[in-house]
Amino acid sequence: MNNTINLKKIIIDKALKLDCGKIINNFPVAYETYGTLSNKKDNAILIFHALTGDQFVSGINPITKKDGWWSYAVGPGKAINTDKYFVICANVIGGCMGSYGPADIDSNTNKIFGTNFPVITINDMVNAQYNLLDFFKIDQLFCVTGGSMGGMQVLQFVSNFPDKAKIAIPIACTASHSAQNIAFNELGRQSIMADVNWVNGNYLNEKLNPDKGLSVARMAAHITYLSKNGLQEKFGRKLQERDNLKFGFDADFQIESYLRHQGAVFVDRFDANSYLYITRAMDYFDLIKQNDGNLSKAFEKSKTKFFVISFTSDWLYPTSENKDIVIALNAIGADVGFVEIESDKGHDSFLLNVPEFLESLKNYINTSYLKN
Amino acid sequence: MKQEFKVITNLVEKNTRVLDVGCGDGTLMEFLKNNKKIDIRGIEISKNNVQKCIKKGLTVIEGDAEKDLTQFPDRSFDFVILSQTLQAFLNPKIVIDELLRVGKKAIVTIPNFGFWKVRLHLLIKGTMPITKDLPDEWYNTPNLHMCTIKDFFNFCNNRKIKLDKSLALHNKKTSLITNINLTIKNLSAELGIFLIEK
Repeated sequence: MNNTINLKKIIIDKALKLDCGKIINNFPVAYETYGTLSNKKDNAILIFHALTGDQFVSGINPITKKDGWWSYAVGPGKAINTDKYFVICANVIGGCMGSYGPADIDSNTNKIFGTNFPVITINDMVNAQYNLLDFFKIDQLFCVTGGSMGGMQVLQFVSNFPDKAKIAIPIACTASHSAQNIAFNELGRQSIMADVNWVNGNYLNEKLNPDKGLSVARMAAHITYLSKNGLQEKFGRKLQERDNLKFGFDADFQIESYLRHQGAVFVDRFDANSYLYITRAMDYFDLIKQNDGNLSKAFEKSKTKFFVISFTSDWLYPTSENKDIVIALNAIGADVGFVEIESDKGHDSFLLNVPEFLESLKNYINTSYLKN
Repeated sequence: MKQEFKVITNLVEKNTRVLDVGCGDGTLMEFLKNNKKIDIRGIEISKNNVQKCIKKGLTVIEGDAEKDLTQFPDRSFDFVILSQTLQAFLNPKIVIDELLRVGKKAIVTIPNFGFWKVRLHLLIKGTMPITKDLPDEWYNTPNLHMCTIKDFFNFCNNRKIKLDKSLALHNKKTSLITNINLTIKNLSAELGIFLIEK
């Protein structure tokens, strides 16, 4: 789905041992950068994307022709000011925007991987992206940040590389994927796998597309990114281009039409198997268990300064789970700030124009950089 | 800056770790950080104030001191500061216990309900006192547990909390409170400032 555009890629020639035990070699990591790296190389911000994001954080995404997924927060003069900072973002492995993923060719069989691609984890994603520091010859990043699954990667990054980021800003995330979140992800996966065109993940080799299944997965997930109040306010029971109910199963309500649209545009830009792999990586994420039940241990070797942000109406990654990260950091005397932003836009708040959030992000980053 | 903050600053030693509970807009934190090289953190309940602290580059945690102090390990700070907030808690006793668990020492300041103007207001007018330090009406005051300097003094003595230093503040002048002058200071001071430890 991205053959026509030349994506920036580095080929990682260092072998990477995945959590599943498999070793991968000579694999691509696709990335994008914004702004200029300073002479002192002290202004680099590595942004980790969420489940359906990609490396195109800001500006116009050359594939979708739409604004980059974090355009509200990243760009010239924005909260993450690309006139001042050098922003790097890479597509996660397992993804479908140029990094090594299930739509790539398996060199052993010369066929597209499909579900023969190894199961990857958040840890694997972070280890793969770490190679970007070598590539740009950056000794220490100024900042690592990201929301949702991006936030999980932030936590894993500091845990794996305790002295490689000066500040870390995990947003609307968790240290351990909850049963509810695993349940929603499973719903999405089952929806994809129930599509006859999925053919056990082999659809690309057979020139099929499980777009119905993927679209339903996206619709279900999209509901979880919003809040009840937000939905009610935006859509209520408003009807879609009609004055009366039609007594059928067409999209009578605006919310139905909206969700169908979200599903339809998603399948054009996303690979169904990638959706399976990335949701699995999120489900497997448990930084608490990785540290024998003590989350503080993940950060005890690090001097990284943390700023944790949550949103009042986010029920997918609620404030309580974000606060657990703060508590773990306080337990070891780490430098950690925390703010809960008032918003009715649900989990999606971090992607949207929520002025108080953008203001906090901007002020925290700028005042931290001053102290460099 | 407020005289109270100047007194607090003098009580805090240089190069220490300090927690400011109910840090407001971060005025005191900023001053301590810049003038005494203090590694300082704040807890603040108001979202608006938290934003102001972030803007000043201060490390602040949005939270409720009554619930969120539990996350800090024992004796993880050299000083814990509680400025004119004790009377606003549902359970001041538990908060004091928590301050003395988290901090090696605590600095607590209280608006003195025993101040003569306060007493006179109630005596003469017969309505709840409103003064410079107690500006709210009875129905909208955040203060749930007002006390006097004498009350706090006795509270500490009864609970075997060591009063390292007890200061009375009146008209920007500070004076020492002792067992002997307690009754006088309780009448003449607007504010009590206490350095305590367990």
